[in-house]
Amino acid sequence: MNLFNIIEEIENVDPEVYGRISERRDVIKNITSFGSKVALAAMPFAVGTIFKKAYAQSTATPSVVAILNYALTLEYLESYFYNQGKAKGTALIPAAAATNYFNQVTTDENNHVTFLKGVITSLGATPVTAPQFDLTAGGGTGSGPFADVLTNYQTFLAVAQVFEDTGVRAYKGQAANILANKAAAEGVKAGLYQTVLTAALGIHAVEARHASAIRSIRGQTPWITSTATLGNDTGVALVNANYDGEQNVSQGGVDVTTLKNATGGNTTSVAVATAAFDEALSMDQVLAILSGSFIVKSA
Amino acid sequence: MKTDSQESMLNANMARRSFLRYAGVGVASVGLLATAASCHKDHKINPPTNGIDLGAKGDLAILNYAYALEQLEAAFYLQVAATPYSGITSSETALLTDIRDHEVLHREFFKAALGVNAIPALTPDFSAINFSSRASVLAAAAAFEDTGVSAYDGAGYLITTPAYLLIAGKIVSVEARHAALIRNLVTPGSFAGADVVDPTTSINKAASIADVLKIANMYLKTKVTAVNYGYASV
Repeated sequence: MNLFNIIEEIENVDPEVYGRISERRDVIKNITSFGSKVALAAMPFAVGTIFKKAYAQSTATPSVVAILNYALTLEYLESYFYNQGKAKGTALIPAAAATNYFNQVTTDENNHVTFLKGVITSLGATPVTAPQFDLTAGGGTGSGPFADVLTNYQTFLAVAQVFEDTGVRAYKGQAANILANKAAAEGVKAGLYQTVLTAALGIHAVEARHASAIRSIRGQTPWITSTATLGNDTGVALVNANYDGEQNVSQGGVDVTTLKNATGGNTTSVAVATAAFDEALSMDQVLAILSGSFIVKSA
Repeated sequence: MKTDSQESMLNANMARRSFLRYAGVGVASVGLLATAASCHKDHKINPPTNGIDLGAKGDLAILNYAYALEQLEAAFYLQVAATPYSGITSSETALLTDIRDHEVLHREFFKAALGVNAIPALTPDFSAINFSSRASVLAAAAAFEDTGVSAYDGAGYLITTPAYLLIAGKIVSVEARHAALIRNLVTPGSFAGADVVDPTTSINKAASIADVLKIANMYLKTKVTAVNYGYASV
């Protein structure tokens, strides 16, 4: 694959492609520096990310391998986070909470990493390697807004909740992309589509179970209860973007607040309408939220 | 003016006012089901002698499958809220009331979105549940929620329209949140127990339509079958 030919082909259609991305020299530098950090098999994904940043709306559907590598990246982050927390022992996590919650969640995230790497490898592709993380959301400084994430249990819980709720949204956002790859997947191997989609939905559900449990520990409703104007119900304004869109009440063209409620009334509250439906985040949205904060950008 | 034959198409116990309300919703939901409806002009729910069948293979059958399960869950939590078990705490009341409200909205959503393609209202049979017993109610609640999650996860691949798959995804994660909460009320720390989440891969178990309906029918007077999905009789 010749990446530079791709850029030149786009230049034929869109003479401003370099301006959209950055100076030509920076394009080359971005591609090579980013590429040096990721496995060759992930290159289509890396290139796609650079172009998605240049063009507000991407029309290309990521491949199954790209989707799985994206999921793997998110699982690396969660796995790293919980393992770091677990390593702190009772200095960070109370013993009862570890026994009842965090040992299970840590095991699950580690298992998701192992599973996704196995699936990607079984498809003849190479799993991405884990990027560098900054759990303080400081973009590599180690002194971001969650500077005490590994020393203050309340901060640890808040970040855990955000990771889980965001993870649920991220998986949900890929279901339709996996469906768009149905024919391609079936072309590789009969039954592959069902396997991949069902596994993705199954991980999605487990992330939602985690989110529910951790939200309960924090004294929040296990479901995301938004207002008409704010999706974020965590009380941490810094993560508004992670929850943006959760305030949606329109489902498949139906404004669900106009549907009758459980006690005979003719309308449904925004609190119930938003809590009853979780919302998705696109790959671009998730990467924009995490890049430069929890995921350290390549130099 | 409606003709007699049109009138007869209405659910017998649906008041004219509420029909008009749903007709309005139907217009709003054209975007959701218009394509499927136009492809299934002849789609009819053929009630077998022992109940309701989900009908021809396709997205409408899967959406009606979800509608059936949401009807069952909504009816269950309405009963829980109407006759709280003895010793219920204020926290449990608040949580179970929230869940009731979510399930009723899921039910109403499918009813509105499916419009004339919706299966009829199902009659539940909760005679096996002791609503005065916390243990009985929470065990049933956990079963309903865990079954719901595995049902959505297991039927996702059968959905062909991206918008419907997204909506199923929006609902199933809320069911998983319910399931985790209920399980923790029964046994703290069981939110992702090995009976529902594969302990090796940490992937939630998925269930076939046949396996799910077998369980659901234990709590339904109106039996639901899916002859085109390998479940022809109860």
